[in-house]
Amino acid sequence: MATESKAGIAGVTTTQVYEVYIKASAQAIWDAITSPEWTVKYGYKGAVEFDLRPGGAYRAHSTEAMRSFGLPDVVVDGVVEQAIPPTKLVHTYRFLFSDANKAEGFTRVTWEIEKVGPGFCRLTVVHELEGAPIMANMVASKFSEQGAGGWAWILSDMKTVLETGKTM
Amino acid sequence: MVTYSEPVVDDDSVFKALADPTRRFLLDLLFRRDGRTLTELESELAMTRFGVMKHLRVLERAGILVTRRAGREKLHFLNPVPIRMIHDRWIDKYTERRVSALLELKTELEAKAWRQSRKPA
Repeated sequence: MATESKAGIAGVTTTQVYEVYIKASAQAIWDAITSPEWTVKYGYKGAVEFDLRPGGAYRAHSTEAMRSFGLPDVVVDGVVEQAIPPTKLVHTYRFLFSDANKAEGFTRVTWEIEKVGPGFCRLTVVHELEGAPIMANMVASKFSEQGAGGWAWILSDMKTVLETGKTM
Repeated sequence: MVTYSEPVVDDDSVFKALADPTRRFLLDLLFRRDGRTLTELESELAMTRFGVMKHLRVLERAGILVTRRAGREKLHFLNPVPIRMIHDRWIDKYTERRVSALLELKTELEAKAWRQSRKPA
């Protein structure tokens, strides 16, 4: 208990929770998370690969712009632990942006999609970040010119894409 | 019991939730360290447990606070997504250019004042 962030970064702890209400069906939200056709439209716009069964691989690919900065083809990897379409997805999550990121190892992301009203769903993202202070700081950070957008930015962009078809 | 009368978080409820110093203080506490219990939050405020609960409920209804159960404990997390959306909708749009121009002016004036203060009399 009372675990102040190991890296001493303000606002960063071991678990982060994000919630957003989206005017879309659970299936549409599920697709926006798991299919590359959707993930290229919001956030970092990298294509994902999800083998949606326990033990299946998860990979997020870099965009051309990222590769031009010298980033590898796969920038995030992990393993699917649970996939219950279209309501729950649990997978591990490791950044491969740098050696320091890679050394922190795997964290865990849980996506929960719950229908809360006619045509409305609540999407909750729980990110367990034990032992990954660098990643914790990155995913908590706000969008900046350098492209360090956190979950809040990714999820609000996803909401915009699902509701209006437009990206930020 | 129905927790959400309206599932869509609207700007009004976020602005209202932020328009109170105690609630902003609670958000700052969670910004510093997320996932606190009611008891932990209450210990930082000169207020009754009931009073703190009332403020937490306003924040939760506005969507900027979410709770998760961890065993027997209920933990409170700051949810920055609605604030992010308000920022995109209301702040970025109007302030970007003007604020950066003002910040540049401020830096310039301060640098000038600093240089002058170092000038030998």
